[in-house]
Amino acid sequence: MAPLLDVRDLTTHFFTQKGAFAAVDKVSFSVNAGETMALVGESGCGKSVTAASILRLVPDPPGRITGGEIIFEGRDLLSLTMREMRKVRGGRIGMIFQEPMTSLNPVFTIGDQITESLREHRSISRADAERRAIELLDLVRIPDARRQIHNYPHRLSGGMRQRAMIAMALACDPALLIADEPTTALDVTTQAQILELLDELKRSLGMAILLITHDLGVVAEYAQSVLVMYAGRGVEAAKVEDLFHSPIHPYTRGLLGALPHPDDDVDSEGRPLPLNEISGMVPALDAMPAGCRFEPRCSYAVPACKMTDVRLAPLAEGVRSAACLRAADIVQDQP
Amino acid sequence: MQKVVKRNILGYKNNESKSQRAPFHSTAGSLWTDGAQERLDPQRFHVPALIKPVLSRLWRSVAIVVAIAALNFIIVHMAPGDVADVMAGESGAASPEYLADLKQRFGLDQPLIVQFFVYMGRMAQFDLGYSFRFGRPVASLIFERLPATLILAIPTLMLAFVMGSVLGVVASRRVGTWRDAAISVGALVFYATPLFWIGLMLIILFGVKLGWLPTGGMQTIGANYTGFAYVLDVGRHMILPVVTLSLFYMAYYARLMRASMLEVFGQDFIATARSKGLSEGRVAYRHVLRNALLPVVTVLGLQVAHLLGGTVLVETVFGWPGLGRLAFDSVLSRDVNLLLGILLMSSILVVSTNIAVEALYRWLDPRIGAA
Repeated sequence: MAPLLDVRDLTTHFFTQKGAFAAVDKVSFSVNAGETMALVGESGCGKSVTAASILRLVPDPPGRITGGEIIFEGRDLLSLTMREMRKVRGGRIGMIFQEPMTSLNPVFTIGDQITESLREHRSISRADAERRAIELLDLVRIPDARRQIHNYPHRLSGGMRQRAMIAMALACDPALLIADEPTTALDVTTQAQILELLDELKRSLGMAILLITHDLGVVAEYAQSVLVMYAGRGVEAAKVEDLFHSPIHPYTRGLLGALPHPDDDVDSEGRPLPLNEISGMVPALDAMPAGCRFEPRCSYAVPACKMTDVRLAPLAEGVRSAACLRAADIVQDQP
Repeated sequence: MQKVVKRNILGYKNNESKSQRAPFHSTAGSLWTDGAQERLDPQRFHVPALIKPVLSRLWRSVAIVVAIAALNFIIVHMAPGDVADVMAGESGAASPEYLADLKQRFGLDQPLIVQFFVYMGRMAQFDLGYSFRFGRPVASLIFERLPATLILAIPTLMLAFVMGSVLGVVASRRVGTWRDAAISVGALVFYATPLFWIGLMLIILFGVKLGWLPTGGMQTIGANYTGFAYVLDVGRHMILPVVTLSLFYMAYYARLMRASMLEVFGQDFIATARSKGLSEGRVAYRHVLRNALLPVVTVLGLQVAHLLGGTVLVETVFGWPGLGRLAFDSVLSRDVNLLLGILLMSSILVVSTNIAVEALYRWLDPRIGAA
């Protein structure tokens, strides 16, 4: 069965006065229906631009999608007219954002903002739209939904606003929900509640989720497959269990190695050990290495890494891939 | 002890929610956006939530008007000379006796402090006094001239606000194109050009060269139009002064609106609106415009005072029989009563406009007040 969303060699450039930079450089991945797929990476690695590119929401200027295909439900989104694209946005693909505090329009009520989406995509009466809005708020467990639809966003807490955002995104039963760091701005307890809610909704509504996050803990808990991104490129794609059990790409290995284990990371006298880190910095956009972009920070690097523009390639097992010349050696080394 | 602490915590919480609610534009120098209304709790007061803040504002406004009146008096009397000096000077050879007689008749021989309290006492009874220059009560002079200024100022403000906003919106939606460049440059030019010069140039072009419009005055002298013909005649006379006066404000609003729209276009909730599948037009006119209007409305309120100053120039250039020219004449002739009356009238106008703007604001932005 064909995946719900198949992104192939997506490239998005930003055109600045210093020149054109590829924020997303030939990134490929796919999301199956009903599955949660995570894009994970540190700030600036291009994961949010990837998400925005799927809905063609990258602000132009300065950004533009310059290559690749985004096949969604059998159609290439990049070839659609604006009018067709607008039917996809909010209709077949919903999106929620990082900042619930600023992602709702302050001068309209919650109900207005939910029904707006319904009335845009369906011919539905005002009264029916309102009824549906109340249903949706119930669905995302906002208490007293009947009253809340008349409330303005500033009356709601961050967690409640993110719930309202989810209700908006789900208004037209999308097949895919793009969640761009949906919990980064929330406190830990609320984070867990929102992620649980998303997970339940995914099961009950049968939709797929593209989860953008920098939190490996979240990936482990809620995603089925994952693409690790580094400096605008995909470096490792795998099922979640495989990735956490046996990471291959040195960057992924570094990330997992950097996760703190407060109980184990102590020396013989019980003092905490220093935290592990990946040495060095992400290269600047205008100073990208010609070969592997992780090579300057990589402990596995060999001279060939400097020369080879290595891309995501399937490994022997077939279900996973990594962008590393030494992938085979690393797999062999693993216990 | 325990109870006191709890109350403090509650009080702190109230403050916290207040600061969260304060929007970015409330700092724009408005007299009306601080304190008072945030303390309102509709459950505690029986007065309807919208009436209460207006009432409290009204009291504050009265205090402000009184303070302005007092300040006016002090400033006006700091200038040397009075109406008696001017009149005596104009009469040619005035004897010291004549001067002293004038001063006594006008009450100008009293100590300043006595004059001050006499003046404030009269103001309290809405008695604006007598213009020694015109030989008529100040109130009747003002009310005779006020309509002329209002039919100049109100259309000016409306034209400037509507056209300025439209131009700003057009420029912001086509940012970086020739249309944006043309509007921005035009706005800059009219913003920087002195009003009186624009007025004179328009008179030369449309009044003298083309002969399409009258060059000055408020009606055709000697025509004695009545009814609809009179309205039409005044309308024709209005065009040049209104256009002259509104060009400056139009330029200002266009610049402000453009900047405000561009700022709102960059907000997160605009990405949300786009992700819902709304068209660019709907995003701009529904989601951006309403938010972008807020700072523009603030400035609109503040500029009413500025506009009253602008009418002085335009009324002078176009020979328009309004309040502005009356004020100008009263300054030159040291007609203190008349000047103070006009200043008081203007301050009441400005203060009441601000109350109206505040009400408009509450309607536009649900974050303010008890909405």
